Amino acid sequence: MSSSKAPSRYDWPLRRVALLLGVLAWLGLLLVVPLIAMAWHVLDLGLGQAWHEMAESGASQALWRSVWLAVLAVVVNGALGVLAAIVLVRHRFPGRRLLDWMVDLPLAVSPVMIGLAYILVFGRGGLLEPLLLGTGWKVTFAWPGLVLGTVFVTIPFTTREVGHVLRELGTTEEQAAATLGASTWKTFWKVTLPNIRHGLTYGATLTMARSLGEFGAVMVLGGAIAGKTDTATVFIYAAMESRFEAASYGMALVLAALTMALLAFLKALQPSSPEV
Amino acid sequence: MGIRVEHLSKRFGDFVAVDDVSFEIRHGELAALLGPSGGGKSTILRVISGLEQADGGRVVLEGDRVDHLDASARNVGFVFQHYALFRHMSVARNIGFGLEVRKVPRAERDARVRELIGLLGLEGLEHRLPSQLSGGQRQRVAVARSLAPRPRILLLDEPFSAVDAQVREELRRWLRRLHDELHVTSVFVTHDQEEAFSVADRVFVIRHGRLEQAGTPLEILDTPKTEFIARFVGDVNVLDGSVHGSNLHWGALVVPTLGHANGSPVRVVIRAYDMKFWRADPGMAVVERVLPLGDRVKVEARMDGAGPLFAQFPRRSSLLRGIEPGARIHVEITTARVYAMPGRDSAGNPTANGTKRTP
Repeated sequence: MSSSKAPSRYDWPLRRVALLLGVLAWLGLLLVVPLIAMAWHVLDLGLGQAWHEMAESGASQALWRSVWLAVLAVVVNGALGVLAAIVLVRHRFPGRRLLDWMVDLPLAVSPVMIGLAYILVFGRGGLLEPLLLGTGWKVTFAWPGLVLGTVFVTIPFTTREVGHVLRELGTTEEQAAATLGASTWKTFWKVTLPNIRHGLTYGATLTMARSLGEFGAVMVLGGAIAGKTDTATVFIYAAMESRFEAASYGMALVLAALTMALLAFLKALQPSSPEV
Repeated sequence: MGIRVEHLSKRFGDFVAVDDVSFEIRHGELAALLGPSGGGKSTILRVISGLEQADGGRVVLEGDRVDHLDASARNVGFVFQHYALFRHMSVARNIGFGLEVRKVPRAERDARVRELIGLLGLEGLEHRLPSQLSGGQRQRVAVARSLAPRPRILLLDEPFSAVDAQVREELRRWLRRLHDELHVTSVFVTHDQEEAFSVADRVFVIRHGRLEQAGTPLEILDTPKTEFIARFVGDVNVLDGSVHGSNLHWGALVVPTLGHANGSPVRVVIRAYDMKFWRADPGMAVVERVLPLGDRVKVEARMDGAGPLFAQFPRRSSLLRGIEPGARIHVEITTARVYAMPGRDSAGNPTANGTKRTP
């Protein structure tokens, strides 16, 4: 380039093209190629075959179970996440830093380990067994176990997203609402909630995507009982084990499409959100 | 009776923000709390509004004690320094918020919002969001919003500090006119003495969490009770020295120090406009710089054997004749204020009260 200033190293077109190609190749190899390969493979095995095998082995049940789990996780962690974010950002109490640190635990700790730990608490011979026997509730290898595991792994998302927004907002709008005669409750609904709605939606969508993809915790806690505790991911694993390859890849494709739609929804919702 | 505050105190940890402050603001008055940043002015305002809980003392609004009431139950209008408009609501909904939460019927609410939009000159902006307004417009919306529920009193926290100088001037005049129309008892906080003096009926000077002086702008300007106030209001020369006989000698300048004991350390405060310079040879000082400041001219001089001092004169003043750098001049003081050195009484003994009081 013949500009008058000294050429910076980014001015070399060759270098820029090489960098761009490198990034594209890397992302392509990790993201795009596998997805295309998966779609191709399903077509190769035959859509009819995949459909047939999936219908045979209760795929729709497993998928619905996953969707319900995701919805439950969004509801529970949406409500508790907002509460936790308010407590962590707005309140000062002993142990706050510890609690703040613990919110990130589910991101760091393997879900399989959590599943095993929950079995020690809720399972047969577990700490809470006397209590559970009294109520007749069964947690492990049943629906409540799946819910517990899914809710646990998705704790950080709404708490963190809403927490960031709350920290940036500050409290002056809430103070203004108070001087205008609004009660705490009214202030929350009319001022705080509308202000954090984007953060909340973002957190909820991430929660949903993460729930749909969760495998370790629901595998261990649910025990992969076909038609009872198998979710979409567990179904993929079990179908593969029993050599229903078309069903396995078919379900993987459905799940991938579902989560990508969620992410697209997210992007459409926040066109001005800063890029990562 | 408007606002009465009795023995108010508030601390944040070890920091004493408000230290036994009492004052009364009459019904319908527009008052200013004036003082340096961090002096406790805003905390007093926030305690009156109920946003902050006092550690001691009482607040009486229009005859009613309100210490037990939440901010939301005091019916006090509050205007925040950075507007604090609800960012997701239109201008009209912001203004109507106080009525909305009081469940005022729709028609009545709309009428009141229209009235305020007219009063504050916000026509045409009803459907805008706060982010689509200029700083001055936002401030007017904030005032409209605080007035909508007909508050008992109006409190404004550094209301004009976040807008630029020209808009600020306009908003000051506008606030004064608005107050003259509505007569709602109002208090605003400012660190800008010009703002306090040009807008308020009465000024309360607050420093280190204490009330230093209360009075009309003229009283504060002409009879500052403490050395701090004398220095704080206006551009001043500060001359430190000791009393000899009954005068302070500063170079060839002699300042009478009535009421201060011989030998005691004093501080003399002289306003920049309380001085006369004229050419005289040999004189007692030399002009160093002449700085035009728009409508005024600042003259910096050096007193022989003492130090620098400065004066300000109107641009076309005859006092400026022949005043140019290097000129020898005579200096005459028209008004000087003499205070015991901070931390000493008039006999030169240390006092407990001179610096920040530790309770």
